[in-house]
Formats: sequence, structure tokens, C-alpha cells
Amino acid sequence: MSSRLTISAAVDAAIRAHGRETYPHECCGALIGRDGSVTDVVALPNTTEEGPRRRFLVRPSDYRQAESRASELGAELLGFYHSHPDHPARPSQYDLDHAWPTFAYIIVAVAGDGSPRQSADRGTSPGATAGAMTVWYLKDDRSSFEEGSLHHGENSHPDTAQAVHG
Amino acid sequence: MAKILIPTPLRPYTDKQDAVDAAGATVGELLADLTRKHSGLKAHLYNDQGKLRSFVNVYVNDEDIRYLQKEQTPVNASDTISIIPSVAGGVEVGVAEPAASLPELTNEEIKRYSRHLIMPEVGIDAQRKLKAAKVLCIGAGGLGSPAAMYLAAAGVGTLGIVDFDTVDFSNLQRQILHGTPDVGRSKLASAKDRLNALNPNVKVETYETALTSQNALELFKPYDVILDGTDNFPTRYLVNDACVLLGKPNAYGSIFRFEGQASVFGAKDGPCYRCLYPEPPPPGLVPSCAEGGVLGVLPGIVGVIQATEAIKLIIGIGEPLIGRFLIFDALRMKFRELKLRKDPDCPVCGTHPTVTKLIDYEQFCGVVPSAPEPVAVNNATEITSVELKQRLDRGDRLKIVDVREPNEYQINKIAGSVLIPLGDVPKRYNELDPDEEIVVQCKMGGRSAKAADFLRSVGYKRVLNLKGGILDWIDKVDPTQPKY
Repeated sequence: MSSRLTISAAVDAAIRAHGRETYPHECCGALIGRDGSVTDVVALPNTTEEGPRRRFLVRPSDYRQAESRASELGAELLGFYHSHPDHPARPSQYDLDHAWPTFAYIIVAVAGDGSPRQSADRGTSPGATAGAMTVWYLKDDRSSFEEGSLHHGENSHPDTAQAVHG
Repeated sequence: MAKILIPTPLRPYTDKQDAVDAAGATVGELLADLTRKHSGLKAHLYNDQGKLRSFVNVYVNDEDIRYLQKEQTPVNASDTISIIPSVAGGVEVGVAEPAASLPELTNEEIKRYSRHLIMPEVGIDAQRKLKAAKVLCIGAGGLGSPAAMYLAAAGVGTLGIVDFDTVDFSNLQRQILHGTPDVGRSKLASAKDRLNALNPNVKVETYETALTSQNALELFKPYDVILDGTDNFPTRYLVNDACVLLGKPNAYGSIFRFEGQASVFGAKDGPCYRCLYPEPPPPGLVPSCAEGGVLGVLPGIVGVIQATEAIKLIIGIGEPLIGRFLIFDALRMKFRELKLRKDPDCPVCGTHPTVTKLIDYEQFCGVVPSAPEPVAVNNATEITSVELKQRLDRGDRLKIVDVREPNEYQINKIAGSVLIPLGDVPKRYNELDPDEEIVVQCKMGGRSAKAADFLRSVGYKRVLNLKGGILDWIDKVDPTQPKY
């Protein structure tokens, strides 16, 4: 298992934008690529029924969609990203309890800036800024997460990294 | 024997195979065989109690086994079994917070909140969340009273209260924050004393001001949940819009006579008050509690529902009242629930909002600030209590018509008046002599003004409205009678 993950600038921007967009709720999505390098992200709906400010849940059907999107692109599902609104970019016990092995889990901290924000598709919502971004891997014995190192690679194909709204 | 499809994250444990054959007649037996062959899978599929982890979904063909016979679901060779991850996570209550950022509980608090702490759904971490939380109550009246008291008792760390009224005798029938010795005091001072006595750990912040479009955003900003206990439409729309603009949930409640309503508005993907009522009712159509009355225990029930929702939102348990509108009927003792949807065309929370900042809500609700009294010249339409008394003493022949309801008439009356409730005036006005001078009167002068207009419209020439109603009469002329 590689504990090093490379993301393109477009992937980085797509994850941050998704986190800002759903703030104060958590966002989530799939990371697609190969050999420890994320080339695409698929934004997925947060279907949790336990309060989307603090939780996220990817439905089995969306998981299947993410896997088939990965094979369409001739790539692999490398893991998932989600945001922590107004919380640090560190995995919670809840993240640990629900983690899958080998997946890369990117967490982005998003903080509200206290101002109302307008967007065309979602109306008025609080403005927010995306902060620290980290990547984590579940230890094989499920005892804890191990922080991986997140690298920003050359964005040689900016068009390949696009958030696809699921 | 059946084929099991393995998801990406588990393939390292199956020698990179995406499908594995396993033996067994049921799903449980197949999975047991699978984990025998590939032992590394076990920890990820099962928890310490040997149960399938909640985020492991097993499908037989396209059916989730939770809806079949769970692990006893029979399988045959032609079935395809899929293990499909639910990917979940998030900042979990309490535990996810960096411990330092949530306040610790003192031994006294642990004892005080012990009935919370022994419930696994709450526990120490949720109690610390409550201690860190800030709830703003709009109003310290009927709804604000029980809500603030239960929130303080539950250990919400900071309670803000906005009000600018003083305690009146007529409040005591339901506003349990205030007692008889508090009559005449500011509601905030009274509320603060009561809440501090109940739980000195709670920080009570008071704002002695009317909530306005100028101060609402600033007042709401530090709070996690806003609890709307207002009794008028302009403030209700103001609270709603400010909550939506700031992304703060609004634990809403309202009461009238025997009926109460509650919901949670302003949650991110939930509807807001304007999705339900885009426009306010015409002014005067919906009477206030001061005009229509309210059963004293009713705000107790509704305010406590609001407090319950605030607590659930803070600690993140249960199903919040988002997208659901609860209607309570005290006479039938029934709760009904209506489904509410977010309106994509909602002017404030819809996809193309037209209200993007706070507006003039008095104007929006058609409530105009009372203009200076027109100077009466010859055709006076009003009479004051003192003038009326003078004219009665002088022996003038005046017919006093009380247009209140019979139960109000039982409480107090002007001697010699006749009772014709406003609703009966159109069918009973011919009981009145058109040549006689008529003084119409109600509690405060509003209903009688309508009666006077009606009488003039059907040809009565000499109709005077008693300014300030019977309350003014009691203040100025007959203080022996009770007020309500």
C-alpha cells in the first residue's frame, strides 16, 4: 500500500470547491486514478440521514457508479474524499469505525467565513473557505489511520479532472 | 457454490481477484467460507461481536439481504453475491472534536446531568457539546419561557434572549419564566434570575432590544440554533430570512387558542418558513394571542418541542423536524404531521432567490406604523373615555354598544352598554335606533372601529368609537373593574 498520494491542481480545486459549495454540510466524492495518482473525482450526493453537517454516507448504488466510472476511464477507484465543516482535517473515530482498507481518504477542512453566499444552483448559503487538506489510510488491523503524504502533481491534462455531479 | 464479487478495497485480501467462488447454502455460509479462504477479510467484514459491519452491504443479485432473510438468505449456484461498501464518515459527535475545544464537565455538572450521561445516545461527549452550544431565544414569552428553562436545565452553555417587554399580570397564565413578584420588571431581568437559579452553569446573554433588520444578522451570528418564539408576522419572517442567510437552523413554534405548530426551518436542504407561507396573511386577518386568547399550557407543549429539536440538532441525534410541519390540537389531543418540501422558487432559499438581504418586514407584512391621529374637526368619529364619562354624567342620551364576545363582556363592562359581538353586527344592527347617538366599544378600540365603519356604511350618522376601548375606560374612569 502506497502512503503517498498525488493529486493534480484541478483535483485539488474540485474537492475544495465541492466542500465550499455544500458548507455547512459535509461533501463527499470518489477519487479515481491509478498508481497512487488521482486524475478524476466524482462528486457524490451525501445521503446520510443522521445530519449532513456532521456525517456523510455514500449509498451502495453511488459506490457502484463510482466503480463503473473508474473502469470506464480504465482506472481504479483509489478512495474517497469528504469535508469536515468547521472541524480540522483529521479523521474522527466515526471515520475510523467506517473506514475501508487500502482506500485513500482525503479530508478537507472547510470553515465558514460568516457571510451569506449566493450560488446559481443552491440559492443562498453561508460562505466558506477551504483550508487544510490531508490524506489518510486505514491500518490493516483497523486500530487507527495513518497519515499519508499528499503531493500536488503536474496538471498535464487539466480537462480530465472534473467534478461529475452524481 | 456461488460467485462473490469483491469491491476494490478488499481485493488485496483476495489476491487481487475481483470475484471469488465460495461454498454454502446461505449468504452467511458463503461469507464464512470466503473468510476461511481469505482470512484478512474477516476484520473488515465483521465487528468484534461477529456481526456484519453496518457499512458492509451484501446483495444477492440486485437485492440487499437486509430486505431478504439477512445472512439466512438462501443462495444457489446461479446467484451472484456482491459486497458493496457504504462509504461513511464525518465529524462524529464529541469524539471527532479535538478534545481541547469542547469544555470539560465539572463533577457538579456530571452529577447534575447524570440522567443524560447514562443514556448511550447522549453520554459525556454530547453533554459537552451542549455545554459548548449557544441557543438564541427570540422572545421570553409563552414559547420562550418553557424552551429557555428546559434548555438551561439540559445544560446548554449559552442562552441568548431577545426581548424588550416588561412582565404583565396577563403574562403569568403561561409565561412560566416570570412570577407574580416580577410584574412590572423587565422580562429579561426576570428571565435571567430564573434561569440562573435553575442552572448557574448556564451563561445567560440578554439583548433588551426589538429584533430588527439592522441588528438581526449581528445578533444571530454567534449562535448555533435560533429558537423563534415570536408572536407576530414581521418578526417571524425576519427570523426566517436571517436564519436562511446565515445558514442557521430555526427551531420554530407558534400558538393560537388551542392549536400549536412546530418545525425546523432553515436547515441546509430543508424548507424555510417562506416555502410554506411565501406571503404573510393580510394584516388583521390572523388575530394575535392578545386578541384571540391562548390556552396557557399550550406554549408549554410547543416551546418544549422547540427545545427538544434544538437539543437534537446540537448533539446530532434522532430525526430533526426538518421538512415536517407538526400541528398540535390540544382539544382533540392530536398531533398531525404535514410533509414540507423546499420550494425551488422560494424567494429566500430557492434556486434564484430574490431576497438576498434583510428587508423592511413591517412593510412586507402590510403593517404600517400608526400615523398621527387625524385632527377631528366637526364630524368627530372618536370619543375618549373621559369625554364619554362627562357626557353620561351630563345626562346625554347615548347608546353604548359593546362589540366584544360574551365571555369578554363577563369580565368587565361599561354600565348600561348592550352586547352585540362584532360578527353579529351585520344581522343585528337594526336593533339600534338610527336617530340615537351610538358609542361603539371593544377591548382596545380595533374591533369597534370596524363596527363603527359598518354602521356608518348602512346609514347610521352619529357613531362614535371609544378610543382605547374598555381598557382605557378602566384606566381613566373606573379603576375598580378588572382588566384582561
